[in-house]
Amino acid sequence: MAEMRMRDALREAMREEMLRDPDIFLMGEDIGAYGGSYAVTKGLLEEFGEERVRDTPIAESGIVGAGIGAAMGGMHPMVEMMTINFSFLALDQIVNSAAKLHHMSNGQISVPLVIRMASGGGSQLAATHSHSLEGLYAHFPGLKVVCPSNPADAKGLLKRAFRDQNTVIFIEHTANYSVKGEVPDDPDFLVEFGQANILREGSDVTIVGYSGSVHQAMRAATMLQEQEDLSAEVIDLRTLRPLDMETVINSVKKTNRCVIVEDDWKFGGFAGELSAQVMEQAFDYLDAPVARVSCKDVPLPYNRNLEFAALPSEEDVVEAVLAML
Amino acid sequence: MKSPTTAGAKPEQELGAEQLGMFLYQMMLMRRFEEKAGEMYTRGKVRGFLHLYTGQEACAVGAINALEEQDKVVTHYRDHGHALARGVDPNRIMAELFGRQDGVSGGRGGSMHLYDVEKGFLGGYAIVTAHLPLAVGLGLASQMKKQNAVIMCVFGDGSVGEGEFHEALNLSVLWKTPVVFFCENNLYGMGVPFHESLSTEIPKLAAAYNMPAVSVDGMDVLAVHRATRIAVDHCRAGNGPYFVEAMTYRYRGHSMADPELYRLKDEIEQYRKRDAIEKLKAYMAERGDLDEAKLAELGERVEHVVEQAVDFAEQSPNPPISTLMDHLYKETAGG
Amino acid sequence: MAFEVTMPQMGADMTEGTLVRWFKQVGEHVNRGEILAEIETDKANVELEAFEAGTVLKHVVAEGEVVPVGEIIALLGEAAEQVGDVERKPPAEAPGRRKVEPDGPAAASPAGVATAGSAAATPAAPGPNGVAANGRVRISPVAKRIASQAGLDITSLKGSGPDGRILRRDVEAAIAAPKPAAVPPTPPGAIAEVPRQAPPPARPEAAPAAPVTSPAQGLSKIRQAIARRMTLSKQTQPHYYLTLDIDMTAAMKFREQLNSSASEAQRVSVNDLVVKACAIALERHPKFNAEFGDNGLVMHDRINIDIGIALDEGLIAPAILDCGTKSLGRIATESKDLVERAKTGHLRADEYSEGTFTITNLGAYGVETLIGIINPPQAAILGVGSVMDQPVVRDGQVVPAKVMKVALSADHRVTDGAEGARFIKEIQGLLENPVSLAL
Repeated sequence: MAEMRMRDALREAMREEMLRDPDIFLMGEDIGAYGGSYAVTKGLLEEFGEERVRDTPIAESGIVGAGIGAAMGGMHPMVEMMTINFSFLALDQIVNSAAKLHHMSNGQISVPLVIRMASGGGSQLAATHSHSLEGLYAHFPGLKVVCPSNPADAKGLLKRAFRDQNTVIFIEHTANYSVKGEVPDDPDFLVEFGQANILREGSDVTIVGYSGSVHQAMRAATMLQEQEDLSAEVIDLRTLRPLDMETVINSVKKTNRCVIVEDDWKFGGFAGELSAQVMEQAFDYLDAPVARVSCKDVPLPYNRNLEFAALPSEEDVVEAVLAML
Repeated sequence: MKSPTTAGAKPEQELGAEQLGMFLYQMMLMRRFEEKAGEMYTRGKVRGFLHLYTGQEACAVGAINALEEQDKVVTHYRDHGHALARGVDPNRIMAELFGRQDGVSGGRGGSMHLYDVEKGFLGGYAIVTAHLPLAVGLGLASQMKKQNAVIMCVFGDGSVGEGEFHEALNLSVLWKTPVVFFCENNLYGMGVPFHESLSTEIPKLAAAYNMPAVSVDGMDVLAVHRATRIAVDHCRAGNGPYFVEAMTYRYRGHSMADPELYRLKDEIEQYRKRDAIEKLKAYMAERGDLDEAKLAELGERVEHVVEQAVDFAEQSPNPPISTLMDHLYKETAGG
Repeated sequence: MAFEVTMPQMGADMTEGTLVRWFKQVGEHVNRGEILAEIETDKANVELEAFEAGTVLKHVVAEGEVVPVGEIIALLGEAAEQVGDVERKPPAEAPGRRKVEPDGPAAASPAGVATAGSAAATPAAPGPNGVAANGRVRISPVAKRIASQAGLDITSLKGSGPDGRILRRDVEAAIAAPKPAAVPPTPPGAIAEVPRQAPPPARPEAAPAAPVTSPAQGLSKIRQAIARRMTLSKQTQPHYYLTLDIDMTAAMKFREQLNSSASEAQRVSVNDLVVKACAIALERHPKFNAEFGDNGLVMHDRINIDIGIALDEGLIAPAILDCGTKSLGRIATESKDLVERAKTGHLRADEYSEGTFTITNLGAYGVETLIGIINPPQAAILGVGSVMDQPVVRDGQVVPAKVMKVALSADHRVTDGAEGARFIKEIQGLLENPVSLAL
């Protein structure tokens, strides 16, 4: 165990996996000499060389496509999208090639590929650079979508991603990069996909979050405890595909109330999917309609005050909980 | 079908009677296969979109026969000809067109998405240009794994306007990936003449990225073959990618629904006079490699293979509904 | 053997085509690949080529005919071949239908169709009466609400929904059911007395675990409901009271005029005038058409006025819905209908659950003043006494007049006395100038 930030835990995961498996290589914009826009790949070029840590042109579709091709050819590439916002330019490759080739080829082709993306708003980067698209990628059957909230999960999930035979969309909320935590140093430490994490047990309400919103959920749980003497259970989904509904449903059966927190837009966001599943699977256990605390339906503005007003806060979560009691 | 291959022979070497016969057979098979596929479409046996390769046979036969066994092919959605040239079983191609269990893609893909990994045929791609970056990646894998495999990437003139075309060419040159970019220029991107959608000539685009490029007569299988062998050798020697433009023509519409309002019948007739199959027949006859009896025998063989493919497809069942969710994800060992 | 030429599929979305023209007539020979006919689809005109060589033996379809894809349009064959009539039949498959064919014998798998799409987990077997293993009753939210309002014990209900879930129809059936011999009668409209559950206390600990307590000994359900609801009102809603005399002289004359030419069903009662006056006043004073909620006032869009009806079993108060948009005549006919249905037990669920304001009127009993208890969670109730002959001073003269005493009981959390005064004065003004009620 060592205490480290999430960006360092991610780097450790890549380093260990590259040492384990010679088929793994990295490519992306400025991941080599520059060390990565968020310094996640810093030092890896020096350790592994230009063949396995490739700086690419600014050509998202081309490099994701090349990653898919290399994966089809037997390699296990990691392509970094400098930010999730640029992944729109590679959306066709991700959706039409990576997610579908295994199925359409009747199992003949597989695409073992990790696509890492920095995501999320809250940094005053304005509308084009502040997307939360976990739910968008989770919409496509054939993809796996992973979104860690802490350093240990980040390492265990990323290592697990490199041992998957499918394309894994690995989404890192920029607010989490500097989060510190204890991280196991066992080279075989893996966090399995499809296993949500109960971060805090409680009995009055279930608060579900993922990626960055887990922190709003946790702070809200503390506020509810301290200010209202309410006991909230907080669940970190960790992966949206596969999705661990069992943990969520079991919790809702216990608390009879569910609040979902996400940075994504409310309209058509992932919380809508979760909410529908809770309704389908725990209808008879609900004491209140499932509540969604999401981003306002507006492109995120640059102004700090406006941006914060649009994004969900712990106060919003507390309010949603109190409204359903 | 195991075909003799010309791979390994020097480009300038003349092809023997056996190889020419094989070329002719493949081209005739493609022609008849597509006629039958079209007929089956009008009868509702083949559904979805169907794009026939009729007229362009010299491209697939000339180019794909320049490859070796370890090499790989990715192509566009007008892909039956390339699959046949690569030796994919006609029965299983027709079964795929019918959407049946024994189709090469298990009925998941249809006409536009044929895959036969064992044959190194990695697919027809139905999003224009999407497979060009894939070819670069496949080339990269070949390079990194030292497999000495060349990637034959076939696409149409419609591809060159897409951003991915440029991204892929640039990346391929930068990383010296062994990819033959083989452009089948059939003059129309659906109904728009290519000179109306491109401000320059296609090989110049490749040249702009410092990629060697040639343009050949795509209605001449031997010309295509000669140029492609040079390209394949160039790639295999580790010199990076190579670009071939083959000027060709499709006799049929873009797809079955095409009313062909954008071109004159006379234009089609002009091209039919330069038909690649007739040209090869004439060449072989001149050399004394083809007579009436042999031609009749080839014709019967083709007829038989195509009829058999239809029978095979008819008899193959629908994929069981219980397999609907199969192959969504590949199982990962240990979870 | 003749070769059948069919209306071709020429594009994924084509369902039928028009045979525009035959290029080859009967008796003519056609080579493979030659053009046989021109077909018009809804997108374009296309040429149909012959897939086999032969002589045209028959045109089954004439030029200009529209036929579905797949239908035989011609026969090709040997020149001398005889062909009979061709049966014209439409294709089996209707366009647009997403029909899944069962797996053929060759394709059948051990798992078979049964497993396809049946991934949903089987829910745990329900206990009796929709009670789940953990003791929670499976009941839909709407059923739960109605049952709660009706004072029904949900554990006594039988669910007819999936996994024994109690549905609205089950609750309504229980309400309408004839009384069991052993228990006191549940009057059909009894639930009307208790239109809605009060806002639950803010703290979850204080919220009752089960919405309905077990029936007390010796009390009818309606009695229990009245007891619980009135207690709740007095305990949670701080009342204030305002009383006023209304000179009904003009109103009584106005009513007489209206009724002189009206049929029995259209006759307007004094209470109907009060309902109409209240509806207008509520529109102008919306805080009396509201309720006190956890997060502030909940203002109601609809004006649904409950009217108290005394039945042998007890008091009920079903609502005349949407009074704000209804004429006096309409209110009159609906109130009669409502009373009739209340007496025969044919009230609808929304009539006893959607009320937003209540009028309780004991005028028929000769009562002078009636001060009501607010019907929770409403904000106010108007108590109405008898119209009595009394001397009043008008223009300095003592004159006989018809006077009605009204009393407003209002929730002090929602409004203050001055607001109540304005509201009740509004009602007074409307009734003393009754023409405004007809507008």
